[in-house]
Amino acid sequence: MARDMSDKEILKMELEQLKLEVNTPRIAVSTTAPEIIAFVEGKSAEDPLIRGVPEDKNPFKEKGGCIIT
Amino acid sequence: MCDQTFLAITFGPCDNCSQNKPLMNIYLKNEPINYCSLCVELMACQGLAKGETTNTLKAESESLKAKLEEERAKLHDVELHQVAEKIEALGQFVMKTRRTLKGHGNKVLCMDWCRDKRRIVSSSQDGKVIVWDAYTTNKEHAVTMPCTWVMACAYAPSGCAVACGGLDNKCSVYPLSLDKNENLAAKKKSVAMHTNYLSSCSFTNSDMQILTSSGDGTCALWDVESGQLLQSFHGHSADVLSLHLAPSETGNTFVSGGCDKKANVWDMRSGQNVQSFETHESDINSVKYYPSGDAFATGSDDATCRLYDLRADREVAIYSRDSIIFGASSVDFSLSGRLLFAGYNDYSINVWDVLKGTRVAILFGHENRVSTVRVSPDGTAFCSGSWDNTLRIWA
Repeated sequence: MARDMSDKEILKMELEQLKLEVNTPRIAVSTTAPEIIAFVEGKSAEDPLIRGVPEDKNPFKEKGGCIIT
Repeated sequence: MCDQTFLAITFGPCDNCSQNKPLMNIYLKNEPINYCSLCVELMACQGLAKGETTNTLKAESESLKAKLEEERAKLHDVELHQVAEKIEALGQFVMKTRRTLKGHGNKVLCMDWCRDKRRIVSSSQDGKVIVWDAYTTNKEHAVTMPCTWVMACAYAPSGCAVACGGLDNKCSVYPLSLDKNENLAAKKKSVAMHTNYLSSCSFTNSDMQILTSSGDGTCALWDVESGQLLQSFHGHSADVLSLHLAPSETGNTFVSGGCDKKANVWDMRSGQNVQSFETHESDINSVKYYPSGDAFATGSDDATCRLYDLRADREVAIYSRDSIIFGASSVDFSLSGRLLFAGYNDYSINVWDVLKGTRVAILFGHENRVSTVRVSPDGTAFCSGSWDNTLRIWA
């Protein structure tokens, strides 16, 4: 576990990890950003917190005039 | 002379060279070892094999990190909020507390929604784990854990069990029964065993496996039925505070964040750390996957929340303001991923526009730190738990 490892062992672990990561395939932000945006736009229409829920359908609306907290 | 110090020396055969010499009693990885002084010296030198010292390793590590940054910077040709400029801004937000769940005797540390969108499980510092019906605010079940500071709790996908753990270093699963009089504690099943506190737990897609993260720096995947360790994940160099599983369509990965300021993405099957991000300036308290599975957000003690794109392998947005100086303890996305809800240690909840990077709303109501924020499975509401002993449902 990390607490039992000496500093040297922790550094070795990080080094191994970095060597792997330098070679990971990557895509440009200009490609991925529009995809994220498209995803969000597609789903925003059904997002209750954005669109709002009419009071009569909202299960969390306060019922009646008496609220017991 | 009344002040005399005696040095007691054990004399006997050395564990290594078997010669009869005065022995030095040392501890290696918690095991007592009796080596003679010559062997101790030899062992210390062997640790530094082939001119490898802490300094050379550090230097190599720094140069690799610089190379990694260079590779990542090459693909950073545009900012997310620049691409998002054309989108229309969100309207005014009116979110109020709709329900206040009172009943915990001490700080609420964690909560989770059930997939039926109605039930909530919450755990607190006083050792109690309570299952609530969010629509009526009734308490359906209550379990008292044998330890205090129950920092993690999770609802099983079937809704028939809850898992929780904390300072007891274990994760226990309690099957929920419909019989209110039944003693839940009797049916408890201990699943995970760590060597330090349990910080977070989550069921995978079934009731049969649990993923846990711990203060001992590791995450682990367990089989609930047998309690067996299926896979362990090593890579953090300090306590792991939070984890989140990728949404099911995108495969077997999860992200974890810890006190070493790193957020790591892991492959559940191989145990391999596939990506690592270190741009925060302080402990990462919370990590959450973006609904599409291609990105994740983090909340940290450095008072910022950040969005990391997994395919571009870099941070793409920072959500911060000069006026926010308290750490973010918990983050969650709305259903579409357009909103990011973040609970802070200054008792407020900030709602951010994920794409534009601006703050959309700030919600007040809690009287102490907000420790956990979760959006309901159907996105109609979100629940926040706080150190003021209450949970609030906002819609």
